[in-house]
Amino acid sequence: MSVSEFFAMGGYARYVWPSYALVLGAIVLNIVWARRALKRARLEALRRVAMKDAT
Amino acid sequence: MAWTWFHRLGSPPYIYSLAARLTPWFAWPAALLTVAGLYGGLVLAPPDYQQGDGYRIIYVHVPSAWMSLMVYTTMAVSAAVGLIWRIKVAHAVAASCAAIGASFTFAALATGSLWGAPMWGTYWEWDPRLVSELILLFLFLGYMGLRSAIDDVQRADRVSAVLAIVGVINVPIIHFSVEWWNSLHQTSSVFKRAGPAMPPSMLIPLLTMFLAFTLMFVALLLTRLRAEVLSRERSAAWVRDVVSA
Repeated sequence: MSVSEFFAMGGYARYVWPSYALVLGAIVLNIVWARRALKRARLEALRRVAMKDAT
Repeated sequence: MAWTWFHRLGSPPYIYSLAARLTPWFAWPAALLTVAGLYGGLVLAPPDYQQGDGYRIIYVHVPSAWMSLMVYTTMAVSAAVGLIWRIKVAHAVAASCAAIGASFTFAALATGSLWGAPMWGTYWEWDPRLVSELILLFLFLGYMGLRSAIDDVQRADRVSAVLAIVGVINVPIIHFSVEWWNSLHQTSSVFKRAGPAMPPSMLIPLLTMFLAFTLMFVALLLTRLRAEVLSRERSAAWVRDVVSA
């Protein structure tokens, strides 16, 4: 099987590749969201700790 | 004595550190299995005798659909545990599930649509399986909307838990829709009483993706749970040690 044959997906390229891109996008987005949520929660907690120390 | 481990699971600082320690043990195997499963599905598995290479969409569609049901069930069960036994960590688990579930439900619907276009000749059909999966998306979005509309966390926990529990009736409806009604969607090829209706070369990559997505869900959930627990407990004394370190 050649590389161009592989990417052609037997004529189904315009359905197969968008599907894979979509799901991989969902995975990447979920990883980014989860890490960002944790980072934000940590920063917010740090801010509160600092505020408590200041008073 | 035997129950101490169970009670510890209800303790936010214990859960926070446990989740932090466990995450890499799920995240890395999930990443490796995803790469292996995609390679198997795209390269190693033979083309289907009817659907050619178009069937390869199942390697991302079916795991996404599996994920959507697994996440909803987890959300509903933890919401019920939180409501019945008043365990705050259980509510935090439920709240952490919603966005993960919504995104993979959308992915399942969209990839199904991309498969339907060449195979059924339509991107969308008002079919029992498709409609019940669409309702699942609305349940996730409704749950998130409801939570964000209520400022008091404990009230948001209770109200959204009721929605999550009532909505769980949709999970068996989705699963059995292809058997109960005359659906355009094909019946399950994997979970059959007579065993999977697929040769191993097609089945193994699919099972690899199932496992990858399950582990990925756990890793995502653990990370989101830490964020959720931290923001709920931000005035507690243990948080100081955790975030200053």
